Amino acid sequence: MDYPFDAIVVGAGGAGLWAALELAREGVNTAVLTKLYPTRSHTGTAQGGVCAALGNLEEDHWEWHMFDTVKGGDYLVDQDAAEVLAREAIETVIELEHMGLPFNRTPDGKIDQRRFGGHTSNYGEAPVRRACFAADRTGHMILQTLYQQCIKHGVKFFDEYQVVDLLFEGGEPAQGGRAAGVVAYRVADGQLHTFRAKAVLLATGGFGRMFRITSNAHSLTGDGVALCYRHGIPIQDMEFFQFHPTGIVGIGILLSEAARGEGGTLLNDKGERFMSNYAPKLMELAPRDMVSRAMYQEIRAGRGIGGKDYLYLDVRHLGRKVIEEKLPDITDFARIYQGVEPLKEPVPVQPTAHYAMGGIPTNVFSEVVRDDKGTVVPGLFAAGECACVSVHGANRLGTNSLVDLLVFGRRAGRQMARHAGSVERPRPIADAVEPVRAELEAIRGRQAGGESVAVIRKELQDVMMDNVGVYRDGKLLTGALAKVRELKDRNGAVSIGDCGAVFNTDLLEANELGYLLDLAEVMVASALARTESRGAHSREDFPERNDAGWLKHTLAYKGPKGPTLKYKPVSITRFEPKPRTY
Amino acid sequence: MNVDLRILRYNPECDPAPHWESYQVAVDPMDRVLDLLIKVKAERDGSLSFRRSCGHGICGSDAMLINSRNRLACRIRVDQLGKKISVAPLPGLPVVKDLVVEMSGFFGKYRSVKPYLINDQPEPERERLQSAADRARYDDTTKCILCAACTTSCPSFWARSDYVGPAAIVQAHRFIFDSRDEGAAERLEILSDEDGVWRCRTIFNCVDACPRGINITRAILEVSSAIVGRRG
Repeated sequence: MDYPFDAIVVGAGGAGLWAALELAREGVNTAVLTKLYPTRSHTGTAQGGVCAALGNLEEDHWEWHMFDTVKGGDYLVDQDAAEVLAREAIETVIELEHMGLPFNRTPDGKIDQRRFGGHTSNYGEAPVRRACFAADRTGHMILQTLYQQCIKHGVKFFDEYQVVDLLFEGGEPAQGGRAAGVVAYRVADGQLHTFRAKAVLLATGGFGRMFRITSNAHSLTGDGVALCYRHGIPIQDMEFFQFHPTGIVGIGILLSEAARGEGGTLLNDKGERFMSNYAPKLMELAPRDMVSRAMYQEIRAGRGIGGKDYLYLDVRHLGRKVIEEKLPDITDFARIYQGVEPLKEPVPVQPTAHYAMGGIPTNVFSEVVRDDKGTVVPGLFAAGECACVSVHGANRLGTNSLVDLLVFGRRAGRQMARHAGSVERPRPIADAVEPVRAELEAIRGRQAGGESVAVIRKELQDVMMDNVGVYRDGKLLTGALAKVRELKDRNGAVSIGDCGAVFNTDLLEANELGYLLDLAEVMVASALARTESRGAHSREDFPERNDAGWLKHTLAYKGPKGPTLKYKPVSITRFEPKPRTY
Repeated sequence: MNVDLRILRYNPECDPAPHWESYQVAVDPMDRVLDLLIKVKAERDGSLSFRRSCGHGICGSDAMLINSRNRLACRIRVDQLGKKISVAPLPGLPVVKDLVVEMSGFFGKYRSVKPYLINDQPEPERERLQSAADRARYDDTTKCILCAACTTSCPSFWARSDYVGPAAIVQAHRFIFDSRDEGAAERLEILSDEDGVWRCRTIFNCVDACPRGINITRAILEVSSAIVGRRG
């Protein structure tokens, strides 16, 4: 079928839902497509909070939030975007409260706030209470609240429609083409449909599933980012991927930084608060890249628990009341997935692959840009984790992912409404579904007994975890690049066991593996080229930050033999780069 | 250790009816049932279909009938179940394929109770104030993840599929008892319908099934009392 709309939103997490809500309020005929049901989106798993300088408990200012974001991102943050983020965080959080979000409350009935890593008062002086929260299920409440509002405003949802291609009119983006819609695979029956629109938003989330140990949902396979790459749009800053310090050992499920925000400590095998040797001022509330590196250093020095590859997160001293009222879910995770009682024992933790700082390059209006000059792809938008605006630079601060998707999801919706009012709807494109139909049929048609999706995915996750993790060097990255390319070749011979049309997740997983492989290649190539250490990208063969050579964003274009790398400057408005100590 | 995993399989494109299939699976006692399903799909039969996403009990995708109880496959460990494990789709909903059920009716009921804040007063410049006690009043029902484990465990729902069901009532409760909301009357009117709260027979299956530990029966009774109080 061919569905004509004025706006299409791909992905129903926080960014997509807020954009859809803005479009509905403006009366724009909009469809939201999601490969899940909206309430299954990964925004729902965010735990600790969403930062906004409300100053409900102590003095705070958006300028401080902006500074922390810039410094936390090791000065690779675009400061014009960080200013938008920090300013508009305040009004978006207030608007969420007006929509009904059940924030925890202060004794005088205001939104309660707590401390979070890297968020400080007076430009780095001391931790500040900036994270607004609803117990440790803030993301769940944001997702629910936005979905509720979308229902209230009559937003049209296409649940379990997986977007598998992007459509352009007037040529591909590089030739000046504009977004014209998407092709979606209906999971229930395997039919391909086209959705035409004047404005298309990609809000498809991250791609942590390329790593063995990750906090990311199974669905986070980088679909929107990979589709942009395949259509010639460059992908920005892919070498920067965040490892969150406190994942459950072996399986990576997240234990929120809120545990440390409330006073939890990290201990090594000797029972020492080892962060005093790495970040004496902020201790456990240093930014995540620094804490994860400190943990690796402790483990390498033989001070992991029992000499093994994990450390302890200790919340026992917080007491039952704080744990049950402010950290109930993560306490439950420790009990179920690790068999540990956090009220009585310290919890074993290790870094887990968590968040992509890089993604589809956008400007502050959430419009996708396709080169170093900021040339906009007309009608194409991106917001949330899949986008790179860039407010996180080389390392994201805790809670800023939620701030990002709220602020830039809202901006995307508003800009899309303006855009949709100013252009004609694209005409139907002949044979629009044929390229992707051919790709899917090739997978489906191969004889059984070829390469296995599960085996290739496992090998990819292993090499990315072992070679492209918290610490990297030229040798590890060169090895990873060869391995990823070998896997890409083998993926051309992958076969599946399900040849049916109904709810064929075998076929969809094979298709998603292709996205992960493309993005892994971009990540490794970008990391190999960047011969410095900045934020989450830590090269042991180039341990220093090098502003003279590398204070610039990477743009990776798809080339005939792999990614071609170009660079663009960083926007610096208020804060000149300085050494980053905490 | 090895477990005997039985899965109720059904492919509408080739099976006349659902049938059980058995798989011997080598597992770690700390593995979750979801890990077992992923393993069977990867190593034995790629055509096995089930929903999953976050893998730790928040997204609500993988509710299914496990050893005769509705649970999330990602929240129940092998060592909690023993060496014989049976997995079937949620009862009372049409089966699409294998462990995948048709959810549109369930979400339609959710939407029918106006699950959004209703308040037409002008918005203040800053947040609306709410005391910690008023916030606590509806805390329990904010935890709902719409996994459908409760509704599909309810004998009243099995007997009459038009019953709005526990999940929708939980979602209504979350707003009816929110001090900022002014839509209680509209929702109570909807829920006093013949397919509303009165079909609850306080069987407590929903409470047993809820992976979020919500006291669902209490929430239903609070909504029923509010309806009665309104009439009195």
